[in-house]
Amino acid sequence: MPETNIITTIGPEHYLVLSALLFSIGMAGVLLRRNLIVLLMSIELMLNAVNISFITFSHYSGKVEGQIMVFFVMTIAAAEAAVGLALAVSIFKRFKEVNIRFFEHLKG
Amino acid sequence: MMLSALIFLPILFAIVMAFWPQKNTVRHLAFGFSIIQFILSLGMLQRFDASSAALQMVEKSVWIQRFGISYFLGIDGISVMLVMLTTFLVPIIILGSWNSIDKQVKGFHSALFILQAAMLGSFLAMDAILFYVFWELSLVPMYFIVGIWGGTRRIYATLKFFIYTMAGSMLMLLAIIFLMRLTPEVTGGNISASILDFYKLNIPFIAGDFLTPQTLLFFAFAIAFAIKVPIFPLHTWLPDAHVEAPTPGSVVLAGVMLKMGTYGFLRWVIPLFPEAAEHFAWLFVLVGVIGIIYGALVAMVQPDVKKLVAYSSVSHMGYILIGLFVMNTYGVNGALYQMLNHGISTGALFLLIGMIYERTHSREISKYGGLAGVLPHFTIAFVIVTMSSIAVPMTNGFVGEFLILLGSYAFSPIVAAFAVTGVVLGAAYMLWMVKRVFFGPKGELITNAEHDHAHALHDLSAREFAVLIPLIIMIFWMGLFPNHFMDYSKASVDHLVKNKMDYSIPMSTNTAQTGER
Amino acid sequence: MNQQALIAILLLSPVVGFFLNGLRFRSKNYILAGTIATLAVVISFVCSVLLFLDLVGMPPEARRITANFFEWIAVDKFKVNAGFVVDQISSIMILIITGVGALIHLFSIGYMHHDKGVTKYFAYLNLFIFNMLILVLGDSLLTMFVGWEGVGLCSYLLIGFWFNDSAKAAAGMKAFITNRVGDAAFIIGMFILFMTFGTLNIHELNALAPTALEASWLGAVTLGTLMLFIGATGKSAQIPLYVWLPDAMAGPTPVSALIHAATMVTAGVYMIVRLNPLFISAPNTMMVVAIIGAATAVLAATIGLTQHDIKKVLAYSTVSQLGYMFLAVGVGAFGAGMFHLMTHAFFKALMFLGSGSVIHAMHEEQDIRKMGGLRKYLPITHATFFLGWLAIIGIPPFAGFFSKDEILWKAYSSSAGHILLWAAGVIGAALTAFYMTRLMALTFWGKSRVDKNVHPHESPISMTIPLIILGILSVIGGWVGIPHVISQYLGEVPNFWEHWLAPVIRILPLAPAEHGADHEALEWTLMSVSVGVAAISAISAYIMYTKKEGSADRVAKAFGPVYQLVNKKYLVDEAYFKGLINPLIRGSKNLWYYVDVNIIDKATYKVTDIVRGGGSFVKSLQTGNMQQYAMYIGVGVVVALSFVLMR
Repeated sequence: MPETNIITTIGPEHYLVLSALLFSIGMAGVLLRRNLIVLLMSIELMLNAVNISFITFSHYSGKVEGQIMVFFVMTIAAAEAAVGLALAVSIFKRFKEVNIRFFEHLKG
Repeated sequence: MMLSALIFLPILFAIVMAFWPQKNTVRHLAFGFSIIQFILSLGMLQRFDASSAALQMVEKSVWIQRFGISYFLGIDGISVMLVMLTTFLVPIIILGSWNSIDKQVKGFHSALFILQAAMLGSFLAMDAILFYVFWELSLVPMYFIVGIWGGTRRIYATLKFFIYTMAGSMLMLLAIIFLMRLTPEVTGGNISASILDFYKLNIPFIAGDFLTPQTLLFFAFAIAFAIKVPIFPLHTWLPDAHVEAPTPGSVVLAGVMLKMGTYGFLRWVIPLFPEAAEHFAWLFVLVGVIGIIYGALVAMVQPDVKKLVAYSSVSHMGYILIGLFVMNTYGVNGALYQMLNHGISTGALFLLIGMIYERTHSREISKYGGLAGVLPHFTIAFVIVTMSSIAVPMTNGFVGEFLILLGSYAFSPIVAAFAVTGVVLGAAYMLWMVKRVFFGPKGELITNAEHDHAHALHDLSAREFAVLIPLIIMIFWMGLFPNHFMDYSKASVDHLVKNKMDYSIPMSTNTAQTGER
Repeated sequence: MNQQALIAILLLSPVVGFFLNGLRFRSKNYILAGTIATLAVVISFVCSVLLFLDLVGMPPEARRITANFFEWIAVDKFKVNAGFVVDQISSIMILIITGVGALIHLFSIGYMHHDKGVTKYFAYLNLFIFNMLILVLGDSLLTMFVGWEGVGLCSYLLIGFWFNDSAKAAAGMKAFITNRVGDAAFIIGMFILFMTFGTLNIHELNALAPTALEASWLGAVTLGTLMLFIGATGKSAQIPLYVWLPDAMAGPTPVSALIHAATMVTAGVYMIVRLNPLFISAPNTMMVVAIIGAATAVLAATIGLTQHDIKKVLAYSTVSQLGYMFLAVGVGAFGAGMFHLMTHAFFKALMFLGSGSVIHAMHEEQDIRKMGGLRKYLPITHATFFLGWLAIIGIPPFAGFFSKDEILWKAYSSSAGHILLWAAGVIGAALTAFYMTRLMALTFWGKSRVDKNVHPHESPISMTIPLIILGILSVIGGWVGIPHVISQYLGEVPNFWEHWLAPVIRILPLAPAEHGADHEALEWTLMSVSVGVAAISAISAYIMYTKKEGSADRVAKAFGPVYQLVNKKYLVDEAYFKGLINPLIRGSKNLWYYVDVNIIDKATYKVTDIVRGGGSFVKSLQTGNMQQYAMYIGVGVVVALSFVLMR
C-alpha cells in the first residue's frame, strides 16, 4: 500500500471518520431530541453510518459480505421506519403528542 | 408401573376434576378417586417385600440424557409407610372438608390431588432432580390452598410459607447441581442425578474445617429440610400457615408435608453426608431438644387452639429430629414411627378443631368452656386424640416417643433427661387446653349457642364419625400392634443405621418383573 | 381351666364391661350399668381366686404363671411382650384389686344412683380395673408402665368426673401432670436399667441384679432405682409430688376409695417390692426411700390434724400411710410393706366408703364441723368406721396393728433401719391416732351440729354390705401375718404372709447388734411403746373433742402461726405455683412474645427489608425515560467494548 497523504489521497480512514461522525450525530439525536419523528430519523442516520463502515471495510478488504450486509441493514431500516412511523402516527392520534418525555408510563 | 400409577393417577384425577361438569357431585367424585388411590396403594403394600432393605418396584428411564437425569422411582422401607400415610389421609381430608370448603370446590379438589401426587412423588423419587421437581411442585397447590381457602391473613401466611420453603430449596438445588458435577468420578464419566450414584460419592470431609464440600453440602440440604420440618428457629412460618390454612390444608401440612422434611433427612442428608451428619449430630440433637421444650412452652400460652396444636407440632417434630440424629436403631425406628403417629394424631386434632370451628366460628380458647356437657361424642374423640398426642401407652404416640427417648438415652443420657421434660410439658399444655375448652362452666360461645336456636351446637354427624373412626382405630392399632407397621421399615432402617458410613440401597432382585415398562 | 385363658379373662372382663357401658354412656339406668360393671369385676375376682389357688397348689419355688399374648415392641435388642405374670406378689395384688374393687363397684351402685353420668362412671371404673391389672401383672417394666400411665389416665378422668366444676377438672389435670413428672423419671429409670442389663423383663432384671451392694451414688442400679422411685413418689403421692392426692378428693368418693386409697396409689410400693433384688443392691436408694417415706408419714399426718373436710383428712391419712409403706420397703422389709399395703387397702377403702356413706347421708356435706352425733343416724356406717378406726391406729388385734408393728420393728431392727426412722414412725402413729380419733369424734360422736334442713339417714343395703365385708376384713386381715413373738403364745400359728412371699423377696440380714437373745424382749418393748403412744394419743383426742368443748380451739390458738401454717398445708401448693408454675407460664409468654414474634419474625422481616431496599434502588433506575435507557445502552456498550479492548 502506497504512502497516503491525508489531504490528497482519500483512504479508508476518511470513510470511517465520516461514519463515526454520522453515528455520533445520530446517537446524539436519539439521546437528546424530544420529537418522536426526529428520533426515528436519527436512528436512520445511525443505521446509515453503520452502512458506510460496512461498505468501507468491504471495499478495502475486497470481500463482498459487507455489502450483502448493507442490503440487510437497508431492508431492516425500511421495515423499521415503516413500523416506527406507523406507531408514531397512531401514538400521535391517540395522545396528540410527539414529545418523547411525555411517555413515561413505564416509570418504576 | 405401580409407582408411576400412584403418582400420575392423582394428576389424572385432578384434570378430570377440573373439567367435571356437575358441581354438586364433585365431592363424591373426589372421595371416590381418593379411595381408588388408597386401594391402589394397598395393592402396592401387598407386593412390597418387607423383609428386604432393597429398593423395590423400581422404574427407571432416561429423562434428560445430557445431564444424566432420569425418571427413577423406587420404594423401600423408609418411604413405604409414608406413602401409605399420604394415601390414607387424603380420603379422610376430603370427607372432613365436605362442608368447610364451599367456594371453588373443583379447584380445591384438583389442588388437593396435585398436592397428593407431588408428595407421593417426593417420597418415591430416586433421582435428585425428579425429587426436586416434586418437592417444589408440592408448594404450588399448598400455596393456593392456603391463599384461596384460608382465613383472613391468608396472603401473609401463604407468602411466608412459600418464601421460607423456597429459600431452603434454592440451597438444595445448588447442592444437587454440585453433587451432579461430582458424579462422573463414580459412574465412569457420565454425569448422573441418581441418588444411588450420589450414595457412592466420597465427598471429602475435614472435621473442624467448615468450608469443606461435605459440610457445606450437608448444611445446604439440612437447612432446606430443616425449614420444612420445621426446626427451631426456622419454625415461625408454621403457626401462621396453620392458623390461616383451611382445615384440610392444616391436615395435609401437619400430616404429610412436614414429614417430607424429616424424610429428606433420612433419605438424603444422613446417608449422603454421614461424616458431617455424625460430626454435627449434636447440633441437630440440641435444636431438637430446644424445639421440644420451646414448642411445648409456647404452645402452653397460646390463646388460639389451632396455634397451640401448631406449636405442639414444633415440639413433636423436635422428637423426630432427635430420633433421626442420634442415628441408632431405636432412635431412627422411633422417629420413622413417630412421623406416622404425628400425621395421624395431629391430623386428627386439626380435623377436630375444624369441626368445632364450623360450629362456633371461633378458635379462641378463653371463649370456650364446658363443651363436654354439650358435645359428648366430640369430647370423647378429642380426648382420645389428645391422649395419643401426649403419648399415653396403648396409643400410637407412646411407641414412637418411647423409642426416640430410648435412642436419645443411648446417645447421651443428658439429652434424654432434657427431652423427657417434653413428656411432662406435653401433658401440661394439652390437658390445660382440654380443661379450658371442654370442662368447667359453660363459656361464652356455648351459652350463646344455647340461646340462639339457629346456631345450636350439634354433636358429631355420621360423616364426622366416618372421618374420625378410622383415625381412632389407627391410633389404637398402631399403639397396640406397632409391629404390624414397623416390620415394613425395620429392614431398611437397620440397613441404614448399620451401613450409614458406606450406604447404598441394593436393587431388589425382582426388579426385572416389577420394573419393566 | 387353662391358666393363660384365665389370665386373659381376668384382664379382658373389665374391658368388656368398659365397652358395654362406654358405648351407651348416656344411659341413666344405674342398675344395669352397675350390674354390668360389678359383674365384670366379680368375674375377674373369680379368675384371681382360681389363679391364686393354682399358685397355692404349686411348689413354693415354682409359683409362677406366665402368659405371653403377643410381641408388643421389638426393635433390635429392645423386645417387650404383652406378657403377664402371676406370682406370689401379683396374685395378692390382683386379689386386692378385684376383691376390693368389686366391693367398691357394688357400693357405687347405691352411691351414684342419682348421678346423670352413672354409666360413664362405671365404664371408667372398669377401665381403671383393667389398667391396674396390667400394672400389677405386667412381666416387664414397660408393660407395668402401660398400666402405670393407664391408671393415671383413669384417675384423671374420674377426679374430673364432674367436669362442670372448674376446680374439679383442675384437680384431675393436676393429678395427671404431677404424675407425669414422676412418669418422666420412671422412663429414664427404665432406660438406665435397660442400658445396664439389656432387658426390662422384671424376672430377668431381678435375676441379673448384682448381689454385691452398690456403694456409689452414681452407679447404674442406684440411679436407675432412684429414678423409678421418683416415679413412685408421683404415683404414690410421696414428698415432693404428693400434692395431687388431697385435690384428687374432688372425684366421687368410691373413686377415692378405690383409686386413691386401696389400689392405684400403692403402685409405687408394689413396684419396689416387685424389684426388691434391685433395690436391695442399691443401699443409697433404699436410704432415700426410707427417709422420704418416714418424712411423708409424719408431714402428711400433721396436715391431717388440721383439716376439716372429711375426705381431706382421709387423703392426708392415705399419704401418711403410704409413707409407712415406703418406710417399710426402704428398710428392706418388703414383706411388711406389702402387708401394710393389703391391710391399708381394707381399712382405708372401708373408711372412704364410710365417709361416702356419711356424705351421702348428709347431702354432699363434707365439713366435719357441721357433723357430729351421727352415730345414732348411721349405726352400720358408724360401726364399720369404728373398726376401721381401730385398725388404722394400730390397736391389736385389728389388721393395722400387725402390719404397722411389723414396719416399726423392721425400721428399728433392720440393718438398713435406724432409730430415727423408728421414732418418726412412732410419731406418725401417734399423730394418726390423734387425727383419726378427732375425725371419729367430730363426725360420729359428741353433740350434733348438723344443719336443721339435713336429715341424715342410713345408706341402702348395696352400700352397707361392702362396708360390713371390709369391716370384717379390717379385723381379720392382719391375722395372716402374725409375728412370731405373738404367735408363739397362740399355739404357733404359722406366719402365712412371710412363707408366701419368701421365695420372691430378698431379705436383708438383721443388724449385727440385734442378733442377741434379747431381741424378743426388745420387740415386745417397741410394740408396747407404739401401741401405748397411739392409745394415749387417741384418748387425749377423744377427751379434747368430745368431753371438753372448745379445748381444740384453745390449743390451735396457742400454736398460732404454726397452726395456720399446718392448716394451710405448709403452703406447698402455693410455693409450687409461685416458684414453678407461674414463672413457667410467664416465661413462656415472654418466649413467645420476644423470641418468636420479636426476634425470629423481626429477623425475617429484616431480610425482607434488605431485599426490598435493593429492589427499590434498582427500581429507581427505571425512569420511563426512553432516552435514558438508550444512554445506559450506550454507556454499557462503551464499557463492554473498552473492557474487551483493554485486555
